[in-house]
Amino acid sequence: MKTFKPLLLIALLILASCSDDDDGTPPVINDEEVITTLTVTLTPNGGGPDIVLTSRDLDGDGPGAAVITGGTLAANTTYTGVVQALNELEDPAEDITEEVAEEDDEHQFFFQAISGANITTMYTDFDGDGNPLGINLTLTTGDASNGTLRVTLRHLLDKNAAGVSEGDITNAGGDTDVEVDYPIIIQ
Amino acid sequence: MRSIILILLFIGTSTTYSQQCNFTLKGNIIDFHDGKPLVDASIVVIKDGNILKSTTSDSKGKYLIKGLCIGKVELYVSHTECNSKTIPLEIKGNTTRKISLEHHLENLNEIVITGEKREQGISKATSVQTLKTADIEQFSDASIGDALKEISGVSSLNTGSTIVKPIIQGLNSSRILIITNNVRLQDQEWGIEHAPNVDLNTADRLTVIKGSGALQYGGDAIGGVVLAKPKALATKDTVFGKTILSGSSNGRGGSVSSSVDKGFNNGIGLRVQGTYKRFGDFRAPDYFLTNTGTEQKAASFNFGINKFLYGAELYYSYYDTEIGILQAADLGNVTDLIRAINSPVPEIIEDFSFDIGLPRQEVKHHLIKLNSYLRLKRLGKLGFQYSFQFNDRQEFDNRSFIDDDIPVVDLELTTHNLDLLLEVNNLDNAKISTGVSAIYQENFADPTTGVRRVIPDYEKYGLGVFGGIAHDVTDDLLIDIGARVDYTRIDAQKFYRGTFFDDRGYNIDFADIIVEQVGSQILVNPVFDYTTFSATLGLAYNINETLDLQLNYGLASRPPNPSELFSEGLNQASVAFELGDLRIEEETSNKIALTLKGSLFNGRLNFNVTPYINLINDYIVLQPSEDGVITTSRGAFQEFEYIQNDARLVGFDVDATYDYNDYFQFKTSFSYLRGDDTEAERPIINIPPANWFNTISYNNKKLNNLSLQLKSEAVFEQTRFPDNNFIARTVVNNEFVDELVDVSTPPPGYHLLHFNSSIQFNLSKLTKLELGFAVDNIFNTNYRQYLNRFRFFADELGRNFKLRIKLNY
Repeated sequence: MKTFKPLLLIALLILASCSDDDDGTPPVINDEEVITTLTVTLTPNGGGPDIVLTSRDLDGDGPGAAVITGGTLAANTTYTGVVQALNELEDPAEDITEEVAEEDDEHQFFFQAISGANITTMYTDFDGDGNPLGINLTLTTGDASNGTLRVTLRHLLDKNAAGVSEGDITNAGGDTDVEVDYPIIIQ
Repeated sequence: MRSIILILLFIGTSTTYSQQCNFTLKGNIIDFHDGKPLVDASIVVIKDGNILKSTTSDSKGKYLIKGLCIGKVELYVSHTECNSKTIPLEIKGNTTRKISLEHHLENLNEIVITGEKREQGISKATSVQTLKTADIEQFSDASIGDALKEISGVSSLNTGSTIVKPIIQGLNSSRILIITNNVRLQDQEWGIEHAPNVDLNTADRLTVIKGSGALQYGGDAIGGVVLAKPKALATKDTVFGKTILSGSSNGRGGSVSSSVDKGFNNGIGLRVQGTYKRFGDFRAPDYFLTNTGTEQKAASFNFGINKFLYGAELYYSYYDTEIGILQAADLGNVTDLIRAINSPVPEIIEDFSFDIGLPRQEVKHHLIKLNSYLRLKRLGKLGFQYSFQFNDRQEFDNRSFIDDDIPVVDLELTTHNLDLLLEVNNLDNAKISTGVSAIYQENFADPTTGVRRVIPDYEKYGLGVFGGIAHDVTDDLLIDIGARVDYTRIDAQKFYRGTFFDDRGYNIDFADIIVEQVGSQILVNPVFDYTTFSATLGLAYNINETLDLQLNYGLASRPPNPSELFSEGLNQASVAFELGDLRIEEETSNKIALTLKGSLFNGRLNFNVTPYINLINDYIVLQPSEDGVITTSRGAFQEFEYIQNDARLVGFDVDATYDYNDYFQFKTSFSYLRGDDTEAERPIINIPPANWFNTISYNNKKLNNLSLQLKSEAVFEQTRFPDNNFIARTVVNNEFVDELVDVSTPPPGYHLLHFNSSIQFNLSKLTKLELGFAVDNIFNTNYRQYLNRFRFFADELGRNFKLRIKLNY
């Protein structure tokens, strides 16, 4: 009968714990890993005003579409580019670029010129293994053209797969953190 | 209430033993009608509510009980085919007593269910199928979903190879009730990738009701009911135990499961049981399935006093599982999905490992049950049960910018159940059962995940009242009628994205539930009440000595689950957006099933044919939304929404066994099912394809019970499926291309061959050893299953050699 008492205690404890304890409203959760805002700031190497490409989707995964502002670039010009990723669901907005830089071996930005945009890019920052990261880049335009610049951030990708270190996303694998298509006019 | 439990726990703890106890009681037990001896009748000697002795009658109907004391006792005599009887008796010395029992409704029972015991709460007019201990033990290292597939008409919905959910005649998840040890499992069963949190090794019998025929447990069993029942506790002085060791080549792991029972003569019984299971990465024929290892720890403890007049039991079970999820199925957006679908082999294949990395699920389930019963003179049996369940589900994934040790999903579901049941069995040709059951449930979504809640915090209250009567119209006809009314209230605290709230038109229809605006989100407090009605009608008709007919009609009604109401975002497991709808109401099913059971050629051929039709009004189903694809900052995703359409499921299950001679047996089972959305006029998704199982077995009782089995498993291609394909914009060679993503077409059919064998050795009078050897998928066939959500990414398991050692002691 010795086992009996602890069992009773357990049973009573459970019953006692039935009572209602939380009637307050639950705390709000803002998705912490969403990139709501992606900007690419392009500074012409020969001087002149910055071109800022922006994408803002303030309802995250909600039905509201992102507001995307592309840019007009000068033909045959080289720009120094910096990418910034923000989570504006948090207050104050969280700069996710910092976390990308901290986990640089797990992340990489990709820049794809699509539908005829005469753009080439070059990575100018690298992780500890010498693989590209892509927060900083050099962007060079060719002749006048229209098209799209797609900027993608992947994590847990295979940086050693064929072409990945040259910025080719095809074999990168991994998960997409952000993917934005900016309309570009080159004139 | 506490005091009631205290009293119930204390009842019957005092025991009395007598001194001069060397008298015998013997006699015959005969059939009242024809005077024939009754074999295997049970005789229990009861004194002051305590079971003193028990025995069963031999092949000539004779019984003998030794060691009785002088004094007044009661004999409780029962037999499966007869009415039980209680006989007062005074022992003055050695006594001889002839006992006659009357054939009763159990007569029908015996034929209807071919001698199987009925589970509590199920009418004899309800068609059931049961897996017994020996069948279950073969799945000691697998899951309840794997074991249930042995029953025709039961298939499974898998996520990989280790998350296995049962499907009964085409329906799964919230449409199936799983009852373990008389408690309805509350383990977040709504999710397609949430497998039942039950250690199969706790079950001694698994019974499937393909319909709503168990109103005692709920009126919402649109699909069916699974009852996992442990062995009854010992009620006399005894100690015994069982250990099963299993090992598998595929997954390079296995399990050990052990249980020990102790019984005392005063009716006190005790059982301790535990299981440990561990597997590494499983292997498809051509590659390892990286990150598919699992670990499971489970234990249960059962303590009770079972006397004839009253009894009480305390049961506790703990289930803890960690399940790795195929790494190659962890995808970002539609671009990743297309890439993975087009890849003939998984994108990530690594060497074998025991590591359970990311993604993975960690689930813990606690269940505590207190129950008691009291037999009331000239009335019947009164039962009381309280149960508590706590289910903690955590899902881990590769996190972009947060520590991977913080789960992306962390839900805690707490459930309290209170049940009262009265069974009236003193009527001549009818049995009445009635009861009340109450539920309080609370879901808590841990906010520390940093991910918006998949399921909101909610409280659920429910009250159900049910009653039923089973009436013998004639010796050959039994009618069973039951009805249940349930009231359910869901009171939730849900944050919506403001844009979503408006987009769904909730700002107009549900303006009154808004509590406050918090940043870009809106907190709402929806309170929904559902009153649902369910009913069953069963007829069992004994056509002649070899044929029985059962007709079952079931009306079942199910309120929407939290997922159907509140979903609002990405389901990582399906790489798709799933949107619930606050406007969803209950779905109602009308199911008619006919069961024809027969036995021909002197009982050598036994068959069972069950055609059925299930008409469901307002069937809740996920369907591609009008937009089809949603674009987010992470790229595009396919978008589904829950809608309600009328549905019709029509099918049949056939089972047959033929005993060729004493050694060879042939067994076959075939299932076919059509499911249609009758409003949208298209097939329903995830309907199991036709399947045909054939088994040849050889059993030799003289040769250490040697058993050899060859089983063929043929699964046909599902040709009826809804077209859920969608067009996604992708980039090929630096140009945008609209690509058709085929997420609909089922994989081709397949045929597998399995081998199973076992042999038994009696090591001593009480110790029995059984060795089992089995090979699954003998030919290492590559195949994919329509009902595996990972069919786009990887093949099913390849060949697997299994060894099983069972020791009874």
